[in-house]
Amino acid sequence: MQTSASSNLWTRLIAGERGTQVFLALLLTVGVAVPILHLAFPEGSSLHLSTYTVTLIGKYMTYALLAIAVDLVWGYCGILSLGHAAFFALGGYAMGMYLMRQIGTRGVYGDLVLPDFMVFLNWKELPWFWYGFDMFWFAAVMVVIVPGLLALAFGWLAFRSRVTGVYLSIITQALTYALMLAFFRNDMGFGGNNGLTDFKEIVGADINASGTRVALFLASALALALGYLACRYITLSRAGRVVQAIRDAESRTRFIGYRVESYKLWVFAFSAVLAGIAGALYVPQVGIINPSEFQPINSIEVVIWVAVGGRGTLYGAVAGAVLVNYAKTYFTAALPELWLYALGTMFVIVTLFLPRGVVGLADRLTPRQRVEQAVTA
Amino acid sequence: MNASTSLRNGWQKVFGAGAKSERPPPGDTSHGTILYLEDISVSFDGFKALNALTLYIDAGELRCIIGPNGAGKTTMMDVITGKTRPDAGSAWFGQNTDLLTLTEPQIAEAGIGRKFQKPTVFEQHTVMENLELAVAGNKAIWSTLASPLDSRQRTHIEEVLETVCLQDRRDMRAGMLSHGQKQWLEIGMLLAQQPQLLLVDEPVAGMTPQEVERTAELLLSLAGKHSVMVVEHDMDFVRSIARKVTVLHEGHVLAEGSIDEVQNDPRVVEVYLGE
Amino acid sequence: MKLLGCMMSSIPGVRPGSLLLVLLLAALSHCVAASEAPSFEQALGALATSNFKQKERAAGELVGVRHANTRAVLDALLEGNLYYRKADKRVFIAVTQEAGLELRDALTLQSAGTADAADFSKITTNNQLRKTLRSALASFDLTDPDAQVRLGAVNEMLRSLDADSVSILRARERDEKDESVRQAIRTGLAIADLNHEDAARRLSAVEQLKGSLNPEVFNRLTALVSTSDDGSYTEPDAKVRSAARAALAGIENSRSFYSMLETLFFGLSLGSVLVLAAIGLAITFGVMGVINMAHGELMMLGAYTTYVVQLIMPQHIGASVLVAIPVAFVVAGGVGVLIERGVVRFLYGRPLETLLATFGVSLVLQQIVRDIFTANNRPVETPSWMSGSLQINEAFSITYNRLYVVLFMLIVFVILQWVLKKTSLGLKVRAVAQNRAMAKSMGVRTEWVDALTFGLGSGIAGVAGVALSQLTNVGPNLGQAYIIDSFMVVVFGGVGNLWGTLIGGMSLGVVNQFLEPHAGAVLAKILVLIALILFIQRRPRGLFPQLGRAAEG
Repeated sequence: MQTSASSNLWTRLIAGERGTQVFLALLLTVGVAVPILHLAFPEGSSLHLSTYTVTLIGKYMTYALLAIAVDLVWGYCGILSLGHAAFFALGGYAMGMYLMRQIGTRGVYGDLVLPDFMVFLNWKELPWFWYGFDMFWFAAVMVVIVPGLLALAFGWLAFRSRVTGVYLSIITQALTYALMLAFFRNDMGFGGNNGLTDFKEIVGADINASGTRVALFLASALALALGYLACRYITLSRAGRVVQAIRDAESRTRFIGYRVESYKLWVFAFSAVLAGIAGALYVPQVGIINPSEFQPINSIEVVIWVAVGGRGTLYGAVAGAVLVNYAKTYFTAALPELWLYALGTMFVIVTLFLPRGVVGLADRLTPRQRVEQAVTA
Repeated sequence: MNASTSLRNGWQKVFGAGAKSERPPPGDTSHGTILYLEDISVSFDGFKALNALTLYIDAGELRCIIGPNGAGKTTMMDVITGKTRPDAGSAWFGQNTDLLTLTEPQIAEAGIGRKFQKPTVFEQHTVMENLELAVAGNKAIWSTLASPLDSRQRTHIEEVLETVCLQDRRDMRAGMLSHGQKQWLEIGMLLAQQPQLLLVDEPVAGMTPQEVERTAELLLSLAGKHSVMVVEHDMDFVRSIARKVTVLHEGHVLAEGSIDEVQNDPRVVEVYLGE
Repeated sequence: MKLLGCMMSSIPGVRPGSLLLVLLLAALSHCVAASEAPSFEQALGALATSNFKQKERAAGELVGVRHANTRAVLDALLEGNLYYRKADKRVFIAVTQEAGLELRDALTLQSAGTADAADFSKITTNNQLRKTLRSALASFDLTDPDAQVRLGAVNEMLRSLDADSVSILRARERDEKDESVRQAIRTGLAIADLNHEDAARRLSAVEQLKGSLNPEVFNRLTALVSTSDDGSYTEPDAKVRSAARAALAGIENSRSFYSMLETLFFGLSLGSVLVLAAIGLAITFGVMGVINMAHGELMMLGAYTTYVVQLIMPQHIGASVLVAIPVAFVVAGGVGVLIERGVVRFLYGRPLETLLATFGVSLVLQQIVRDIFTANNRPVETPSWMSGSLQINEAFSITYNRLYVVLFMLIVFVILQWVLKKTSLGLKVRAVAQNRAMAKSMGVRTEWVDALTFGLGSGIAGVAGVALSQLTNVGPNLGQAYIIDSFMVVVFGGVGNLWGTLIGGMSLGVVNQFLEPHAGAVLAKILVLIALILFIQRRPRGLFPQLGRAAEG
């Protein structure tokens, strides 16, 4: 019974959708191949992957997780959040605070407890909200709790009074904007303009060592896989259908007896937690977190990843995140002045011509098996 | 209501905590009346959509509501289902459920189902999924997230599918159904909810004569077990099902009685034909 | 000066203490007169001596010739920075540096390089000379033909009153024609009277100072009622003290009133900027239901248009801003029409997609501007008629650019209301906004109306950009800084209601300004944002919502 139930779950989550199978297979391949190519082949070998590349792919994975989070609220629940980068950044700050405290006496000022910027600002003791961040488990809990609680509080206020559509988008934008202004302030105690950086080690390992990089890469891959499956489970459950019903006809859903606000709230909060985890994995890999992560444009960019990939499909969100960010990496290195043109045009083209993103385009180009099935059934 | 209880209610509404204990009781019809609307007034921007409307529906009754455009039929349904809060008046479901204190989902849970004027089914969902969404049961998020439907609910859905003749369309996306089929699906969703009181807004608009006939049969068969309130323009249809008709005009009840009485009432004639 | 000297010497009733000085000044002037008005150069040369009498005379002559450099030379003399070259007795203003003396020619004020200090001799002063100099400088300004300069001189003197300056003021009071300068002089004399030995005199001085907003008055009166370390009052007379307390209370009241007025005005001008930025948005968002994220960039285009217009007509900066207004309207409006025809019209009824697409457009516009004008801020000049400030009284002044922005906003608002209420375009716009299908069936070309409405909203953004170019840096990020604020104003005011936008923007500006002193600029902004988020959840459709069926969906 137990095995049949779990195999049943397995069938539902994975067997039902080819995109998911392709995604998981690719993720597994990359997850195995990248560490091998990095560690097993010496530098200079044509098969060797540099630390830079490992970190870059790891970064893309955290972006993909963030994109899934946005897709869950936008593609499935119809909430266009233009503030998800805020949750990402908060998760990142929680991790960054842990990493700051791990620096210990290796900082420029060599203070055992106080991070450099506090010594610089002439602070005498650690602010209360920095307590506990010397412990990894505490920081890990905060990575989940801080974005989650903020999303619950914000969502409670917004959804309860039925703020929807563009109004909601605009106040999510205002939320991240307000947080950006706040984090830019030195006396907030988060390093102000410069943010948190110069990390030395994470859970006792040198943060720049090859092995640590591979471990962080694997952690990102695992988080992406688990996050994906969790979202897939949610979207396939009855609750997932309710959520999609809310997207398509909110008040109708209310009239058949669902507490729409409550559904929206929990989906929003879960999505914020995913974004927070993505941020927490992002920060040790890129080595810095600063208030510019809260910039309104960042949140909007995430939305365009999802739109490019194809909202309403989780693998589409992943594809979009990787594609757009690969393009960004390429452009900003090769033709930096063209990047904004490319990004801007992408916004316009996708919204005008590709409402279901590249995934929808791919579907259109392949035979319409599923539709036919549905019609003949 | 003081601030702390209002906050607690808001908390429960949104977080779904304590939803079970808070579920409103079903309509108590021990006095033979299921819906009491008394002196209900609603105004938009100075325009009185409802003007001291008083209306009672008996348990098990099939009532037709007619009236010219702008008479307040849809606004009345909005008030009953919690979409619009009236400026004045009271609305009770049975003896002890005050509708004006409940939210839309709470009212639905208490046992009032509504079919909209425009068919609003979930077009991206299959027929089956539409019914699964509507079927009576625990609709809190933790339940829908964790557990599939139980066998009783599945049986009920099969029954409904049969009633609305959509068995062979069960896996089709609702958006691909014909207009009449959408109407039926929506009626099916209403049935799946197992409400005590059904509010049905223009059920036969866009239906073929055969479909209209079957709808009439269906509504008639529902009366007795359920109470049904039908808003309809099609007088032939009203004639075919109605026992008692209420005429609304300018937000209040103009006349009430059998279809013949109403049609011969000079005030009704005047409203429909003009001065 | 000659004239002044004669007049001063003929003033009767001057107190004995200052009589000497006046006589001296008069004597100086007479000397000048006697020697047939020496040139500035001659007087300057006469300073190069060790004889104090001669220096005093030379200083008097310098004042007498009213040369543009008199002030600089006498200031340098007072500060001990005036030297003469031993070789040719040429006078220099000099600062001691490590390498020697850094010289400026006293005649021309041109830099004259650095030289060995040994070749120079400092023109020294003694107490007597310094005193004379200070008074001479003060009366130098007191007789300036410009009333503003005279007022400044009086206010300067109020800060350090002594017997001499009091006598100068007293003398000046009779001749002063300008009312505000006279008032300032009287205030100064009353301040001086606060130290008079006669308590009645002091009391009447306090009475006279009631209601004065001069900061010196406030300080003096505060000193009057304070106690020294041993607990005794500075002012022995209880009556005077209580009068002073009453006067202080009154002053404090009116000072806080004026500072509130000033904050209010700052708030209104900030609010005007917000309204200007938001009002075009209110049209596209409110009337058409279109979210235009490129709105900020259209403002940026307006600001750059101002810059280009100034490049074209560098000789007429004053007029350039006025010329820029219609040009910016056309440029931004034209780009707006392009955006509507090229992107927005395919997305009606899909607000979230419109938001994303126009955001894309905003990125492209930013990059275009960066490519043409570089990423650096462009300098836009402020015409002279917009600089300076309107001094209402000593506690309250209004800068002209803030004043003009308020006026400009009101003009734009009125014109816009007129266009929407009285013109056939406005009628059609409102008809389409209320019922698109019906308007279409009545023969309104809805497509054309959409394009024009969008163009109108965009054109207003361009006009707002002209105003912004006078207030902030003109750079590619100008638009981004305002877009969230503008949306907040529209959402706060209620969609589809220009009055809502006006009141919304004004109240946001004012609230922001009133919070700022308590919370700091950034925190005030954050507080306002949070308050707005809370407000929206209380009143999701803003201050002035549209009601009824039109608001559904």
